[in-house]
Amino acid sequence: MRHLLNTKDLSRDEAVRILDVAEDMADTQQREVKKLPTLRGKTVVNLFFEDSTRTRISFEAAAKRLSADVINFSAKGSSVSKGESLQDTAQTLQAMGADAVVVRHQASGAPRTLATSGWISAGVVNAGDGTHAHPTQALLDAFTIRKRCFGADSRGRDLAGLRVAIVGDILHSRVARSNVWLLHTLGAHVTLVGPPTLIPQDVSAWPVTVEYDLDAAIAAGPDALMMLRIQLERMNAAYFPTEREYTRAWGLDAGRLAALPADSIVMHPGPMNRGLEISADAADSPRSTVLEQVTNGVSVRMAVLYLLLAGGRGDEKENA
Amino acid sequence: MSTRTVLHEADIARALTRIAHEILESNKGPHNLVLLGIPTRGVTLARRIGALLAEFGGETVPVGALDVTMYRDDLAQHPTRTPQPTEIPDGGIDGKTVVLVDDVLFSGRSIRAALDAIGDIGRPAIVRLATLVDRGHRELPIRPDFVGKNLPSARDERVNVRLAEIDSEESVTIEGH
Repeated sequence: MRHLLNTKDLSRDEAVRILDVAEDMADTQQREVKKLPTLRGKTVVNLFFEDSTRTRISFEAAAKRLSADVINFSAKGSSVSKGESLQDTAQTLQAMGADAVVVRHQASGAPRTLATSGWISAGVVNAGDGTHAHPTQALLDAFTIRKRCFGADSRGRDLAGLRVAIVGDILHSRVARSNVWLLHTLGAHVTLVGPPTLIPQDVSAWPVTVEYDLDAAIAAGPDALMMLRIQLERMNAAYFPTEREYTRAWGLDAGRLAALPADSIVMHPGPMNRGLEISADAADSPRSTVLEQVTNGVSVRMAVLYLLLAGGRGDEKENA
Repeated sequence: MSTRTVLHEADIARALTRIAHEILESNKGPHNLVLLGIPTRGVTLARRIGALLAEFGGETVPVGALDVTMYRDDLAQHPTRTPQPTEIPDGGIDGKTVVLVDDVLFSGRSIRAALDAIGDIGRPAIVRLATLVDRGHRELPIRPDFVGKNLPSARDERVNVRLAEIDSEESVTIEGH
């Protein structure tokens, strides 16, 4: 693997391979000594043009557990225009000898520009770009679903036949986009649920079903219900009348939680708006995988960094 | 290119039986033993030796798998390797006599990686090494304690171990020029 830019490019076998390596990484995190010597001498740069706590910390933890050196580069406040700024920054990183660049950018496509521009030779991992993609979040969600559904038998399996409902602000969500493609590649069936104003106008090219009624989506018995954060910072237009009305129609409250099949799981990529899209009952119930998702995030990111950095360069034939 | 079979099915069975007896002899019984196979074929061999130890020693011996991929020093020289699962038996390895089991002992670098991996999992009292084939050409000061067959080979020859559970046949062959 040279870069990880989005989940749409991943084949089923590549995706399963990342998840399987993540299983091995998760196993090593149960040990007394959690640090592996694998990426000693490699440098991973976290290049964040947009605020983030958990993704950056998760990548930092993953890189450190693999013994890589981590440089956190916060590009916030740069006054240079975007294109130039990205090029300048990239060339600075190249000069510092970065082996991998983990990039988050407010502009969709910035990681691809970085990967294909020829400015740097490092591997690029997309940690979220605009409203486009957030591949490691989708991979950790798939990993969490697989682990909850198949337990110790997870290795080598995809998600064929499972039904996942993604609820909320699909319009602004890169997490939803990455999940749609990855879950589809892995054989799951995806339903998007939300107010019509928060579902992109034309999703006919997406391999999904659209449902505007959360109660109907729950009655269909999904294996996983993924609640998305209402991105209040992007709510500059009137997407729904009031927050209370949103909660009443599309929030996961105790009643809806009880209506879910007994073995369904409730997911949230965090940070949660408790009381808005998810009630405290749902967030803290045993079906909630919120904290597992955080833990699994480190394992999945370790797997991605391992696959990106451990092998020899220039030899692209992989034993996937 | 010539291929010659060095061990047949019966030879492999005899070698493993002898290794099992030698382990019991050196350990004075099956007490406190843990077998750890190195994937892929080392795990299969460890399971077989474990069954033999139970048969001859009258006590079940825990068998696990130890993946060493993350500890290798040659990762950058090869296309990315996919790690295999590590399974440490219940009861762990602290204070135990761990016998590492591998199919072919060559440079000794896998075993160095295995020793590092063991150090991150626990602290065994003793670590020993069993291998089905020792083909020489060591690059590190490592030697096996239990050897199925010493097989002098040229550095550029290939030694292939095939086991019924994985390859649906049972043989050790050497490929040369």
